[in-house]
Amino acid sequence: MKRSASLIIGAALVGVVVLACLVSLVWLPFDPNHVVPSARLASPGWPHLMGTDGLGLDIFSRVLAGSRICLLAGIIAVAIGAIIGVPLGVAGAATGGVWGQVIMRAADLVYAFPALLLAILLAAARGGGSVATAMVAIGIASVPAFIRIARGASLQVLSQDYVLAARAAGTTRARIAWSHVLPNIAPVVLVQSSVSFGLAILAEAALSYLGLSAPATTPAWGRMLYDAQPYLFSDPNLATWPGLAIAVAVLGFNLLGDGLRDVLDPTLREVR
Amino acid sequence: MRLSRLLLGRLAAFVVSLLVASLAVFLLLNLLPGDVTAVILGNNATPAAVAHLRSAMGLDDPVLLRYVHWLAGVAHGNLGASAFTGEPVAGLIVPKLAVTISLVGGGMVLAMVLALPAGLFAALHRRQASGQMVLATSQLGMAVPAFLAGIVLVVVFAARLRWLPAGNYVPLTSDPLDWFRHLILPWVSLALVQGAVLVRYVRGAFLDVMDQDYMRTARSIGWRRRRAVWRHGLRNAALQIVTVLGLQLATLFVGAVVIENVFVLPGLGSLLLRSVNGRDLPLVQAIVLVLVALILMINLLVDVAYLVIDPRLRTGRAVVE
Repeated sequence: MKRSASLIIGAALVGVVVLACLVSLVWLPFDPNHVVPSARLASPGWPHLMGTDGLGLDIFSRVLAGSRICLLAGIIAVAIGAIIGVPLGVAGAATGGVWGQVIMRAADLVYAFPALLLAILLAAARGGGSVATAMVAIGIASVPAFIRIARGASLQVLSQDYVLAARAAGTTRARIAWSHVLPNIAPVVLVQSSVSFGLAILAEAALSYLGLSAPATTPAWGRMLYDAQPYLFSDPNLATWPGLAIAVAVLGFNLLGDGLRDVLDPTLREVR
Repeated sequence: MRLSRLLLGRLAAFVVSLLVASLAVFLLLNLLPGDVTAVILGNNATPAAVAHLRSAMGLDDPVLLRYVHWLAGVAHGNLGASAFTGEPVAGLIVPKLAVTISLVGGGMVLAMVLALPAGLFAALHRRQASGQMVLATSQLGMAVPAFLAGIVLVVVFAARLRWLPAGNYVPLTSDPLDWFRHLILPWVSLALVQGAVLVRYVRGAFLDVMDQDYMRTARSIGWRRRRAVWRHGLRNAALQIVTVLGLQLATLFVGAVVIENVFVLPGLGSLLLRSVNGRDLPLVQAIVLVLVALILMINLLVDVAYLVIDPRLRTGRAVVE
């Protein structure tokens, strides 16, 4: 297997976020919702490694726990995107004709509703944003990219001689899709999953910043940035840590996607 | 002849998309439980009052009939009335749209000014460390959401250095210089992030073009690389870049919703969030429709720009794909 710097750095950063999430599930230095008025706006040090916020909440604990909702957003986005998008993309490529066109037009239409707009619509319809509305919106918004990528890759596979041979031998279209197309487009789908994961984290951060995602009691990095805003002039420390966490997580998944592309698909390699 | 038929086809697709999108928005906001009467009358309203208002507002009609009524109103420029103030929504939206457009337009221009030269540089120096540095920097920019960039800019340029205001909006007509000063940080926060994405596409577009036969031919007849890129490369790379620009402009309009909140700009995004929090559904419906219409219109313009830039597409069927 070819070595890729992006892959290694990306995997390491993603590893940090996953580790933070796993640790937060079993142990946190402080209760992330325990308000300590006397410990307001403490500087980073001991026992508050990253300091405390305007309510006296421990920032380190909230940053650790915030990784949960960040990873949840990514997992849900990739799951919805791949489960709906890949079959539609493969079907669009395999059937072609009118249905192929309809699928692509529908994908274009969903493109006109970015995650943020969908989340706002759902929040308006449900009378307020919640984790559910945010996740559904991010998931739906990630579908069209999977449709496009799966369709493009499938068309390439379907034009290969071995597919022609399989058809000549009387293999059904469904069988071809299952045994020839899916295994061959898996690498491209994997790369897209990593990219979509990063985009989902960005979308969730924006939504929780706007108060359209998890309630205030659920630690979320975007929300922490919102809470930090009144203190930007006096205590920028409040914004530093959640901001850094978002950047590390997104950078990790973007680099991981780039690295996977380098390793899995030599024809797409950037540096020639 | 061919061109006009292609353009008509694109226009028809745009109209159909807009209709389907408006139907989706309408159904989503009108089929879910809880309706606008509760907002207007409050929770303690008598059932009789609610029933009266419902029939007065036509809420007892089948939902599709209400959609058609609403659509007919929209076609006449009547986007509905705010559930709270009763003001016509169109009058609320237009002044806010001006703020959002100056935010998005400036951000996009700045993103292009940053990304086009940087992307071209990275393509020309693809094997050198300097070209790779541009790529690495763009990777960092892509990992930062625009609102976070905005917060960092406020900390540095408003809180520490005190060079620029941290927010608020001054109308262009009242003081052009102040308008400019107040928009610099919002523009930069949008442009840094969008520019980072754009750099990669610009670089990719130029790399594709530089591998083409006509570029090798140009070099072999003695043209300098710079001249070949300038004369042949720009137009061909522009095709790919226009598509990305269109897609980015669309996401920028939505990203502006967040940036307006960071910098307290009275744009469409702030209005949208306020109407969501206040459950002013007619207003939400109208703003979302305006945003979606803008996004679809940009897609249409991208398609048209394609036809204008690339004469080959006017003769083939390639554009349909």
